[in-house]
Amino acid sequence: MKLLTHNMMKSHCKGVVNGFPLKLSSTQVDVKEIEFNPDFINRMLSRLEWPVLVQIANQLGVGEGLPEMLPEEQKFEDEDVLKKIHHVLLEVEVVEGELECPETGRKFPISRGIPDMRLNEDE
Amino acid sequence: AVVSTQSTGGVLSIGSVMLGAGCVTAVELDSDAIEDLQDNISDFEIDNIEVIQGDVTSSILRQDFKFDTVITNPPFGTKNNEGADMQFLEAALSAITPQGAVYSFHKTSTRDFILNKLESRGLCVEVVAEMKFKIPHMYKQHRKKEVLVDVDFIRTSSKSSARGS
Repeated sequence: MKLLTHNMMKSHCKGVVNGFPLKLSSTQVDVKEIEFNPDFINRMLSRLEWPVLVQIANQLGVGEGLPEMLPEEQKFEDEDVLKKIHHVLLEVEVVEGELECPETGRKFPISRGIPDMRLNEDE
Repeated sequence: AVVSTQSTGGVLSIGSVMLGAGCVTAVELDSDAIEDLQDNISDFEIDNIEVIQGDVTSSILRQDFKFDTVITNPPFGTKNNEGADMQFLEAALSAITPQGAVYSFHKTSTRDFILNKLESRGLCVEVVAEMKFKIPHMYKQHRKKEVLVDVDFIRTSSKSSARGS
């Protein structure tokens, strides 16, 4: 699970008011080199919950150099900054771990990089 | 950003990456389908397909996160579940950016109904391809071993993002 993916996911447990963001705990995190596409990164910026990305990146120890906030135009010209964001969004992968609903505490396992969000019928 | 739902073996997801999608999110419920997808991902050495196991209709994604492209291969609907494919299409339409597009599969026999319904809402619809799906014998009332079904691959977008002809 990449951090871009974590940024788009939320809990769908019954009765939950705000299931975003899911809490993350990880036992295996890999880093994989991914081709850098600055336009793609810039286009994604306005869709992200930026503070959540920064928080999760810091939690995993990969947040160094990430801007605290997005500029008003939600774009960066500086390629070094974009590369840093690219690294955090696409190159860091939680391979084994757990997501947790912020309201119910329900755990969703992450295994082989894939979060399992299936709920039982009564949930 | 592309999300592919009900991905079967990841054909559509992998195709998207090969055609230059920055990142593909594949949402799939079935564990066997996910295994096939993972095998294909490693065989093709694909980097940026993300897989989430879950039911795409159960809002596991933030409503305000919008995709450029949604690809969906919905169930066509059985005797008791007609119109299921329209529900998936509706959900997909709410997940795209204003310039985005949804690609979906529907029985050719329902083409007029679907085109009318979408066009009457000011959407731009295009039948991109016609194909035949082999549907295996699944239910007691299916007498043949498998049937070939005519299927449309359609592209839906808002009028402002319609492609030139």
